[in-house]
Amino acid sequence: MLTIKDLHASVEDKVILKGLNLTVKPGEVHAIMGPNGAGKSTLGYVLSGRDGYEVDSGKIEFDGRDMLGMEVDERAQAGLFLAFQYPVEIPGVSNMEFMKESVNAVRKERGEDPMTAAEFLKVAKAACQQVNLPLEFLKRGVNEGFSGGEKKRNEIMQMILLEPKLCILDESDSGLDIDALKVVANGVNSQRDGKRSFIVVTHYQRLLDFIEPDFVHILADGKIVKSGGPELAKEVEASGYAWLGEHQEASA
Amino acid sequence: MSEQIEQAIARKYDAGFISDIESDTFPVGLDEDVVRRISAMKNEPEWMLEWRLQAFRSWQKMKEPKWAHLGYTEIDYQSISYYSAPKSMKDKPKSLDEVDPELLRTYEKLGIPLHEQEMLAGVAVDAVFDSVSVVTTFRAKLEEAGVIFCPISEAIQKYPELVKKYIGSVVPRTDNFFAALNSAVFTDGSFVYIPKGVRCPMELSTYFRINELNTGQFERTLIIAEEGSYVSYLEGCTAPQRDENQLHAAVVELVALDDSEIKYSTVQNWYPGDENGKGGIYNFVTKRGVAEKNAKISWTQVETGSAITWKYPSCILRGDNSVGEFYSVALTRGRQQADTGTKMIHLGKNTTSTIISKGISAGNSSNAYRGLVKMGPNADGARNFTECDSLLIGDKCAAHTFPYIESSNPSAIVEHEATTSKVSDEQLFLCQQRGLDTEKAVSMIVNGFCKEVFKELPMEFAVEAGKLLEISLEGSVG
Repeated sequence: MLTIKDLHASVEDKVILKGLNLTVKPGEVHAIMGPNGAGKSTLGYVLSGRDGYEVDSGKIEFDGRDMLGMEVDERAQAGLFLAFQYPVEIPGVSNMEFMKESVNAVRKERGEDPMTAAEFLKVAKAACQQVNLPLEFLKRGVNEGFSGGEKKRNEIMQMILLEPKLCILDESDSGLDIDALKVVANGVNSQRDGKRSFIVVTHYQRLLDFIEPDFVHILADGKIVKSGGPELAKEVEASGYAWLGEHQEASA
Repeated sequence: MSEQIEQAIARKYDAGFISDIESDTFPVGLDEDVVRRISAMKNEPEWMLEWRLQAFRSWQKMKEPKWAHLGYTEIDYQSISYYSAPKSMKDKPKSLDEVDPELLRTYEKLGIPLHEQEMLAGVAVDAVFDSVSVVTTFRAKLEEAGVIFCPISEAIQKYPELVKKYIGSVVPRTDNFFAALNSAVFTDGSFVYIPKGVRCPMELSTYFRINELNTGQFERTLIIAEEGSYVSYLEGCTAPQRDENQLHAAVVELVALDDSEIKYSTVQNWYPGDENGKGGIYNFVTKRGVAEKNAKISWTQVETGSAITWKYPSCILRGDNSVGEFYSVALTRGRQQADTGTKMIHLGKNTTSTIISKGISAGNSSNAYRGLVKMGPNADGARNFTECDSLLIGDKCAAHTFPYIESSNPSAIVEHEATTSKVSDEQLFLCQQRGLDTEKAVSMIVNGFCKEVFKELPMEFAVEAGKLLEISLEGSVG
């Protein structure tokens, strides 16, 4: 599904990722944990091709395609989805029209016919209910006046509608209370079908109580410094990231 | 990112073609003799000629206004032709079958079929080509309701009493430099009369087209809504792509008598010039309405064309409880410049006005909102609410807001809100990450920004306006 090889990337000439390797197979859930400033969000932006996030060297292969030459929208159409940590507002553009355009852009790439308004309304309503958002949110402007939790749930709703191959969740747990966290986790779990892959970026282990990962990776100073199973997340929960300092010194 | 935006907003002007039509065009230049000849071409009665001549004499003493936030090379009024009409219109075709097919094709190409059976049901059209009205549709149906909808040149012949009574009653001949010029040399435009208590059964619309080179278009529109009547009127404007600047100086007068309502919508898409500012229409327009007791005047405009826009559709709220509204979207790109806004003059008691202005600037353009809210000494309990929002696309454009408030009545309330925002990288990134390309993303964000105004447009036009904005923001894709 996704192969990242020796990825080096920088933002405004500051090197953030320093030789990152990661392989994600279909149906797998990988958690990326790490201290603030380790490059967790940068990884999501680099994978989605955001302007200003420069790949200096290395390879990213997604679904058999070299991603580095692809634009942001092309990567999205190919099935890559990024759930934002801080989703931005687009005033006056309703969630409904925004998502209908998006879904149809992705369908076009897949060679499918565009959905009619009626067809789309049906699936949108179902997705809305799945993440526990009242139906009126379809009519409201994209993220316009939404609370933090509503924004996160709206992201998951978009993910459900777009049916991506690979979902990157960028700290989708931050700022959520336990109930909202469960809604987000349930939304994600409902999309685990054995083929769709997930990269769950999080600072805390808490989210992983609800979305059980197959693999956990610790990202520090632009590299994955340790990988393991779900038990690694528990270790972090118990001892924090302080040990990283020692590790880095040891490996230096 | 800004480079992508630049590409996305590079415009192709779809209406830029030239129709090959033989025309009778006056030689360039303006003097009293030209005014007399225009009047003679239209077979006007003596009083109309006299009215024109007085306007011309006033204009000669006036100076072009320079207070607007606009920069352009001086207009040489002697290098413009003041009259041009297709030759085939000389014998006044009696029906559509007699109209030059090339003229009909021109409107078809613009998406305005003039055959009634092909038209949108419920919209009557007056098509004005250079200086003359080509055809007005659905007249018989309108006449059944007592509604008069015809070229103003015809109204002068057929309904002289109405024209005499109301022309210049809202925008006096000497109102300003461009209005005086228009009063002297206006050629055609639409005349609308809605009798007492009648709700006009269809949308009325006029499509203005400038075709001839070096020709100015000076149209004049007069709409009279008798007591308790209602009319919704809309106008569209296009012109060919030419390297020379062309002048368009129109006057629109609205008379809303007691308890009546006039809704006036404009989708202005004159040729804006190329990306270096070569060519384009200079659009200097005076639009004003008077609202009597309990009457309502609503201006909605979508301005995407013209090299220069100088336009302030205004309401004189003379009657008690009268209502004025102004909803505007002005989009400038390339080297376009717009100085537009409104005047709300509150004279009657409990008069209310609402101003919603959305300015969008892209490229190297400049977009200014200029608005006056005036509360007269008798305007007890009057209220105004103004919202001015500017959206910047890229970092080489400019947005300005010039609000003027004059209140002579302590019980009047004036509210003003203004915001300036940018199409942010975050917004674009979100759209693209959801699979939308840059063009689609920008046009979606801009359409969202304009939503409050678009919802005021008649349904048929709202779709058109949205599309127009999309075209305006489109790159190489025609």
